[in-house]
Amino acid sequence: MPRLLVLACCVFFLASVSFAGPAGSPDIPNIFRPASTPADSILGLSHLVLAITGIIFVVVFTLMAYVVVKFRRRGGDDGREPPQVYGSNQVELAWTVIPVLIVLVLFLATARVLLSIQDAPQPPGAIEVVAIGHQYWWEYRYPALGVVTANELHVPVSDPAHPTPTFLTLLSADTDHSFWVPQLAGKTDLIPNHPNHTWIDPHSTGLYVGQCAQYCGVQHAKMLLRVYVDSRADFDRWIQQEKASAVTANSSTDAVVQQGRSIFESTACINCHAVSGTVANGRFGPDLTHLMSRDTIAAGAASNTHDNLRAWIQNPDSIKPGSLMPAMNLTKSDLDAVTAYLETLR
Amino acid sequence: MTSAAITHPPDHTDWILPSRGRVGMYVLIAAESAIFLIFVVAYIFYIGKSEYGPMPKDVLDLPIFNTVCLLSSSLTIHLAIRALRDAKLGAFKLWWFVTLALGTIFLIGTGREWYRLIYEKGLTVNTNLFGTTYYSLVGLHAFHVTVGLTFIALAMILALLGKVQPEHSERADVFAMYWHFVDAVWVVVFTVVYVVGR
Amino acid sequence: MASDSIAIGAIDEPRQSASEWLHGWVTTVDHKRLGILYILYSLFFLVVAGIEATIIRIQLVVPHNHFVSPEVFNRMFTMHGTTMIFFVAMPILFGFGTYLIPLMIGARDMAFPRLNALSFWLMAFGGLLLYFSFVGGNGLYGAGNAPDVGWFAYAPLTSRAFSVGHSTDFWTLALLVSGIGSIGTAVNFISTILCMRCPGMTLGKMPLLAWLNLVMAGMVILAVSPLTAAQIMLCVDRYLGGHFFDTQAGGSAVLWMHFFWIFGHPEVYILVIPCFAFASEIIPVFSRKPIFGYPVMVGATVAIAFISMSVWAHHMFAVGMSSYGNSFFTITTMIVSVPTGIKIFNWIGTMWGGKIQFRAPMLFCIAFLFQFLIAGLTGIMLGASPFNWQLTGSYFVVAHFHYVIVGAILFTIFGAFYYWFPKMTGRMYHQGMARWHFWLFVIGFHLTFDFMHIPGLLGMPRRIYTYEPGRGWDIWNFIVTVGTFVQGVAILFFVAGLIWSMFKGEPAGDDPWDAWTLEWSTTSPPPYYNFAETPVVESRRPLWDIKHPEDPDWKYE
Repeated sequence: MPRLLVLACCVFFLASVSFAGPAGSPDIPNIFRPASTPADSILGLSHLVLAITGIIFVVVFTLMAYVVVKFRRRGGDDGREPPQVYGSNQVELAWTVIPVLIVLVLFLATARVLLSIQDAPQPPGAIEVVAIGHQYWWEYRYPALGVVTANELHVPVSDPAHPTPTFLTLLSADTDHSFWVPQLAGKTDLIPNHPNHTWIDPHSTGLYVGQCAQYCGVQHAKMLLRVYVDSRADFDRWIQQEKASAVTANSSTDAVVQQGRSIFESTACINCHAVSGTVANGRFGPDLTHLMSRDTIAAGAASNTHDNLRAWIQNPDSIKPGSLMPAMNLTKSDLDAVTAYLETLR
Repeated sequence: MTSAAITHPPDHTDWILPSRGRVGMYVLIAAESAIFLIFVVAYIFYIGKSEYGPMPKDVLDLPIFNTVCLLSSSLTIHLAIRALRDAKLGAFKLWWFVTLALGTIFLIGTGREWYRLIYEKGLTVNTNLFGTTYYSLVGLHAFHVTVGLTFIALAMILALLGKVQPEHSERADVFAMYWHFVDAVWVVVFTVVYVVGR
Repeated sequence: MASDSIAIGAIDEPRQSASEWLHGWVTTVDHKRLGILYILYSLFFLVVAGIEATIIRIQLVVPHNHFVSPEVFNRMFTMHGTTMIFFVAMPILFGFGTYLIPLMIGARDMAFPRLNALSFWLMAFGGLLLYFSFVGGNGLYGAGNAPDVGWFAYAPLTSRAFSVGHSTDFWTLALLVSGIGSIGTAVNFISTILCMRCPGMTLGKMPLLAWLNLVMAGMVILAVSPLTAAQIMLCVDRYLGGHFFDTQAGGSAVLWMHFFWIFGHPEVYILVIPCFAFASEIIPVFSRKPIFGYPVMVGATVAIAFISMSVWAHHMFAVGMSSYGNSFFTITTMIVSVPTGIKIFNWIGTMWGGKIQFRAPMLFCIAFLFQFLIAGLTGIMLGASPFNWQLTGSYFVVAHFHYVIVGAILFTIFGAFYYWFPKMTGRMYHQGMARWHFWLFVIGFHLTFDFMHIPGLLGMPRRIYTYEPGRGWDIWNFIVTVGTFVQGVAILFFVAGLIWSMFKGEPAGDDPWDAWTLEWSTTSPPPYYNFAETPVVESRRPLWDIKHPEDPDWKYE
């Protein structure tokens, strides 16, 4: 009778199992391709949970299908009522006790993983990062290293022999956000007045993507997360570079760049943006000191190209409608100058 | 076949179910308790979390007289209903009026306290978390007192017009359950706001 | 058999003019008319919120789509969720309860008929208030009309600072008003069930529908009241400048989450328990057997009600509770699956050894069993708190709760609809249309919600108006959107079949299913006084006793 149902459920089941395997490019933030201990332990737990629920599914599904087929009213029925059965205490007891035992096993396994992730001690070599969610972008501060950056988080790869995990303190400047890079760890929310913590220890270098997972306002969809896992040497180099002030811009003699800088520093730009070593020290928007060291702008919504940057300064709504950055309405030459200035911030 | 099996009168002559008025009032009281519980939880959660003054210990005085008035009104409404059940209409009117008066004194007392807090101590809903939670919790209770007093006043008018008779004692008793509940809530509010929170 | 009615036929009512007819419906305090009003009102909003869902799905059919703006998209998912929960699911279940409870317990009306009418109109007014936001929400600010804060409206997004204009005010006031209506309905249900039963109907002999609605009403009292309290606080914040949820002044966003989910999780059971009730009435009748393990079914329901009051924070595993808090809510969440599983097994036990007739109500209930099984199992996955950190807030959780709300709740509602349609209208539904409705809806449902799990596992969060290409989400979103349209077509069959049957359906007779509860002993539709003589019952299946005097139920109970 419910053949279609059976079919649909099988398709669903197969689909959910099959894509756990291959699932192509590293751009896919697949929770079944973990690259860090928290995500890894969760995957281990999820295998157990999937196995148990899978068995329950097969058993109960088969039982239901059997009952529905076996006890259907057949052609040529005599019209008499079947034997009236009111219940059975033994059977009830059986299907109460067995689920209770299953629940106990599941709970113990869950609690073990829960504690191992949530109450993991912070080892001495850990990198500390403060991540602050803003309406539609991420601020990252490395208090011990004196670095402030935005939207693209760099962390060192963690060698299991000498673990260098990254411990994040999660804060919010406005509404609720959630930090979710599926291959590295599960979600942790960023809530104003409620500091949270999470940690990652990526096993291999590369780029891991994710995005804000708690509805935070109009542009929740384009509040993307990019975590760059660097080799230790690359990470140290990156830290050195980020620590430096925007020397190039200060020393640039290009007239257009200088004009761009003076426009930047005499308009509303500096109310929100900081460029270290200059008068710009706003904190409402991303720190731009090393803007050109990033691959993307607008919290990952567009790649960091000349045209995109120019379009963004002219009218952020063209890339991210609802972004809190106002359209600057610059003249064409001013726009070119500001873009040229920003492009010197390496 | 006949309908005999279902309509023949077996021994169901003593089929007595609870009064729907009482059950309804109990359920309403359960719902109201849940509402108050949430407000009390919020109050307790925010004790000491205000970022700036005035703080409860600076501005709150124990409303002893008010509390005595409200709690004794529970007794007087009980006496009023007993009088009504016994068809002593004069005593009923007297005790009912005393209940109305005591409730009104309580409301006036709350009003005076709020006046003092607002105009002398500068505490409003807007001032800090204490102000927000204090006015909400005490205000929610005062709102319930006001609703109760409205009904008491209506019944008083009806009583003076001679429309309240001993057969109404059941209804009056159901209403009294509400009034006792409002008094009981005050004990909780008093404890939380004036004892624990101060 | 069907003619074995204990009631005398309805007295012919005099013909009415159109205005009298309308006046009669608007001012009615008759539980049957109010029940029908509830149901029609909910079906209207079902279509409205379904259109909103379709807009959401069209926008997501391909990455970087520009069908609607992000602002409109956010309004659509907020209105879709709020409408479906508060103005479709709750009122339609209240409608069935209002209609059926007095009939099934042998009463002439609810305990408080006027409160019944007040509750309905409060809820109706709440829905209109919510939708008036499209017109009035702009206010003087031009700040956007309908609410766009999500159906659980996390603070501080609802504060004046982040939600200027009036849109959130409409949301909170609509829920406050309809919440008061819900509490009124619950007071009425409990009083009716406890105080209005016909002679002989002890608590142990009540139909399961009455029992489960009693439990549901108790949960409404304990769960909707906190929501009402939280809405009052939000109003204090928005209108009086309070700081309950104002994080700039020390207020707590997490407190709102707790208050909301103290309502929000029991709410799921408030919705699903009446659906269990439908299944517990329909499955026995179409299996031709009494419900298996009646006392266990009651006990399991009460257990679900109690346990579900202590699971709310499993919606908040990612919020940053202590590991002890997370463990506590993990174990309670998993334990609630035990009584739920018991219920599923008892339904299977009911069908075991029966003679199952695949009429439309039964088809929907069988589909419910299969789908509820899957919904429960994904629920266990979500209950394993570390796994939840990956799944929560993603499309996996969206798929999971739609599996519950559509796959279980809406399916049984359709089942109940076809089951009691003959009683309510006196006419049989169109069987061909019902089958088309069922099969198309099953196909559409599985296309949509089976495949919706997958983008969640691939990292797609909910409530995003668009997504990046190349993340492996495209094909799944496309299939999901296709499924939405199949469901839409199924709903067209439902509505068309409904209208056709209202006017052209065959006369159904008093007891078309050869059923056993009291509502089938009166005429279809029942007269306004329900029963000419107050019935007296001896067992849980009074009509079985009449039809089988040689082998009545009361010998075995």
